[in-house]
Amino acid sequence: MRYLPHTPEDRREMLRVVGVDTVEDLFTDVPDNARLEGPIEGLSYKMGEYEVESVFQAFATRNTRPARVTPCFIGAGAYWHHVPSSVDHIIQRGEFLTSYTPYQPEVSQGTLQYLFEFQTQVALLTGMDVANASMYDGSTATAEAVLMANRVTRRSKAIIAGNLHPHYRDVVETQARLTGIEVELLEPAAGDEAALTAEIDNTISCVVVQNPDFFGEVRDLTALAERCHENGALLVVVVTEVVSLGLMTPPGEMGADIVVCEGQSIGVPLNFGGPYVGLFACRDKYVRQMPGRLAGETVDADGNRGWVLTLSTREQHIRREKATSNICTNSGLCALAFSVHLSLLGEVGMTQLAEVNHAKAVQLADALASVEGVEVVNTGFFNEFTVKLPVAAAPVVEWLAENKILGGLPISRLLPQQGEMENLLLVAATERVTDDHIKHFTNALGTAIAADGAANAA
Amino acid sequence: MSESTKAMNSQGRPSRPQLVEDTASNDVGLPSFSGHKGLVFDEPLIFEMGREGRTGVDLPEVPKVESRLGSVAKRQGIGLPGLSEPQVVRHYTRLSQKNYAIDTGFYPLGSCTMKHNPRLNEKMARMPGLGDLHPLQPVSTVQGALDMIALLAYWLKQLTGMATVALSPAAGAHGELCGMMAIKAALEARGEADKRKRVLVPESAHGTNPATAASLGFVVDPIPAAEDGKVDLATVVEKLGDDVAGIMLTNPNTCGLFERDIKAIADAIHEAGGYFYCDGANFNAIVGRVRPADLGVDAMHINLHKTFSTPHGGGGPGSGPVVLSEALAPYAPLPHVADGDTGVVLVENKSDVDATGTEFGRMKAFHGQMGMFIRALAYMLSHGADGLWDASGDAVLNANYVRARLEDVMTVSYPGICMHEALFDERFLKGTGVSTLDFAKAMIDQGCHPMTMYFPLVVHGAMLIEPTESEAKETMDEFVGMMRGLAQAAKSGEGDAFAAAPLHTPRRRMDETQAARKPVLRWKPEVPPAVAAE
Repeated sequence: MRYLPHTPEDRREMLRVVGVDTVEDLFTDVPDNARLEGPIEGLSYKMGEYEVESVFQAFATRNTRPARVTPCFIGAGAYWHHVPSSVDHIIQRGEFLTSYTPYQPEVSQGTLQYLFEFQTQVALLTGMDVANASMYDGSTATAEAVLMANRVTRRSKAIIAGNLHPHYRDVVETQARLTGIEVELLEPAAGDEAALTAEIDNTISCVVVQNPDFFGEVRDLTALAERCHENGALLVVVVTEVVSLGLMTPPGEMGADIVVCEGQSIGVPLNFGGPYVGLFACRDKYVRQMPGRLAGETVDADGNRGWVLTLSTREQHIRREKATSNICTNSGLCALAFSVHLSLLGEVGMTQLAEVNHAKAVQLADALASVEGVEVVNTGFFNEFTVKLPVAAAPVVEWLAENKILGGLPISRLLPQQGEMENLLLVAATERVTDDHIKHFTNALGTAIAADGAANAA
Repeated sequence: MSESTKAMNSQGRPSRPQLVEDTASNDVGLPSFSGHKGLVFDEPLIFEMGREGRTGVDLPEVPKVESRLGSVAKRQGIGLPGLSEPQVVRHYTRLSQKNYAIDTGFYPLGSCTMKHNPRLNEKMARMPGLGDLHPLQPVSTVQGALDMIALLAYWLKQLTGMATVALSPAAGAHGELCGMMAIKAALEARGEADKRKRVLVPESAHGTNPATAASLGFVVDPIPAAEDGKVDLATVVEKLGDDVAGIMLTNPNTCGLFERDIKAIADAIHEAGGYFYCDGANFNAIVGRVRPADLGVDAMHINLHKTFSTPHGGGGPGSGPVVLSEALAPYAPLPHVADGDTGVVLVENKSDVDATGTEFGRMKAFHGQMGMFIRALAYMLSHGADGLWDASGDAVLNANYVRARLEDVMTVSYPGICMHEALFDERFLKGTGVSTLDFAKAMIDQGCHPMTMYFPLVVHGAMLIEPTESEAKETMDEFVGMMRGLAQAAKSGEGDAFAAAPLHTPRRRMDETQAARKPVLRWKPEVPPAVAAE
């Protein structure tokens, strides 16, 4: 086995030093009837690199990948962006890839400094005071934000707006139910703000609202933040398309108390859903209630500036059952990818990336609206919006996929119980989308709708 | 005292490069050309670099359209620095050179399992058609990906003997949460959730165990470690009652020992109506040789990064699939992969399961850490069942070899055979003035990452050493020589040298107290004195 260094002579000599005859003699504490006599049956035996590659190649060829010939208009919390080549190069450097959590700061200054830079970048993007060194992803970060609001306000009821991503909503609901927190889940809808505002009183810990929301709609949350604060509640803002922060008023300026984002759009490939990177930012005064890791600045014995993991008295390895959360790991390497990509973009690049995304989406919206029977539902959006088709969306998306277009998400896939949503299609455009892609999609959508109409007529 | 002297630190080196510009003579002076000494760089923050207007990417021109952002389109400056691609690449490359990593040296962190990370795994995870799929593509377009997930699930079930596996947890601690949620859901289904509130957790457990149990509203009841470092069956039995939800046991445990009474403990828990959660952090010691199902386990998370070599990446991402017994299988969270009429189907919503479905909910958006699944499966296929047999054997052999060669100069906490990690403590340092921390910092000066310190909590000044199966005998011999040398130096009265260590690192010992008392968690632009005074 190429990863195992020992020769038979090595093993014999080591067993002699240990004072036993065989490796099996080291497993004698295992109860006899639970100890296997040889390798487990029903599994393949060792393979060389080439054989392993063949196995994965066979899996890969049975998938349709988003590419120049198969444009991807699916968003809904994961976006088809371009990642500059140097990002992957940097994160594959062994000193980053194969290092551990930076518990020994003297030999981990590389990781600690990039985490400190990452925290600063996230704080700047969200318009908040402080950010942590990343979380698993946007959905789990949202659940942690609800738990944190609970600790801060010492109240136990959270209101979840109807415009939150259905998966996020499910994650929050699961975590809340099993941790004994009450959540009020409003019906899935593109922000009925009046209904939301009516729920706010002085018993709630927080309101969780997404912006741009699951349906792509953007809105000013300033009034909502004020209403929350009047009632002593926190406003938690969720952002699943972090590129929007290059062009929109950041949640911090609208009065958010906690901001969580899915950071995948910057630096992290689609990966079929993971690993991603959760961004988590809040006001300074709440930092000791924050979950997750924090890198902080300090000095060394010589007075030189350096970085350490800090405020660990919130964490599970110190506080055990009294910790703010059970989180141990973060998304370190994905945070690095995010940070490198954002460093490459800079102020100019981040703004332009956001502008290109928005403009492409506007072009796409106008083109799709030109198809007979298709209506753009949104009044305002960033790079994603909802269209209403004259027919059910799911079969149309299947037909488009057969014709090499990943043509958006039928909303009924994530909200199957909502009958009136059957015809809704959620589409996104990123900087990778070209004029030809838009033309191709528009024509194909027209054909698919016409064909479906014909099928129904027949 | 001159200006330049002030900027010197105690070693006589400039603490930061100081740019001195003399526009009259056009001289630009620095204390040294680059402010660096050899390869010891003083790398500024990205926010202290760059020029306004510069960027490291080329983007398409912005098409001229009318904005649909309405009133929220009013972003002021973000405050990001402008850097070119070469500047960014150099910055991060220099940062990387300040890191210790498994690729750069021996990393004997007990319980963390720092083993070789094969690059084949990285290549597979980036294969076109696998790493670039959108999680919400039509299911008909990702049949290969779902088959791959199903194959990984098959391997995990075969290796553990368990009934089902929940793949979505994003890390080991998240897996613990998943397993304990399944237990809570099963108790709810039995109508006993309000009654069974107590969870037994050994004092030697990972901190995540009590934190997980407490976050789900359970009361943590600690079990002290017995003299031999194991959990005492009689103590467990004494604590059992109809208010016990279950036990969270790590096996092999954090003292590096196999819990010999594990089956009897499992039987006792089951008899009392509770469930047995096994912390699978140390599964790499027994993978392929012992199946958790045969030990009576009801739920166990598997840290793919530890047992199946996906890289730690400076703190993540991880992946923590959870295997469940027949008793808990009905409560596995969504989503999962199943066989359907036209291929593999993805069960992702409550409405996809029938009305009697007992799934406890969803842990994470989308389907799990696909990128980590690929890496782990590549490792499994590379080893095969036969190679995994050898891997766990070598992991245990290596730990025992290091123990046997160090136990005459250091104090081993529990004598006799250990599993994949060897536990020492500070008794051998008594009277030397050298602490476990000092000893660890001295190891750094010898070019080695320290072992895990002060964990488990059940022994004083713990030093937990885990070589893993990927280390060669020569590497361990060098390590043993270094450790013996340090132990002898400490005993012969060289305590001061230990207190000063490390000397040969980019930074010396850090002031962690200042970091916690006056937290500085982000960079902020310097405020000019005039503005600050207002």
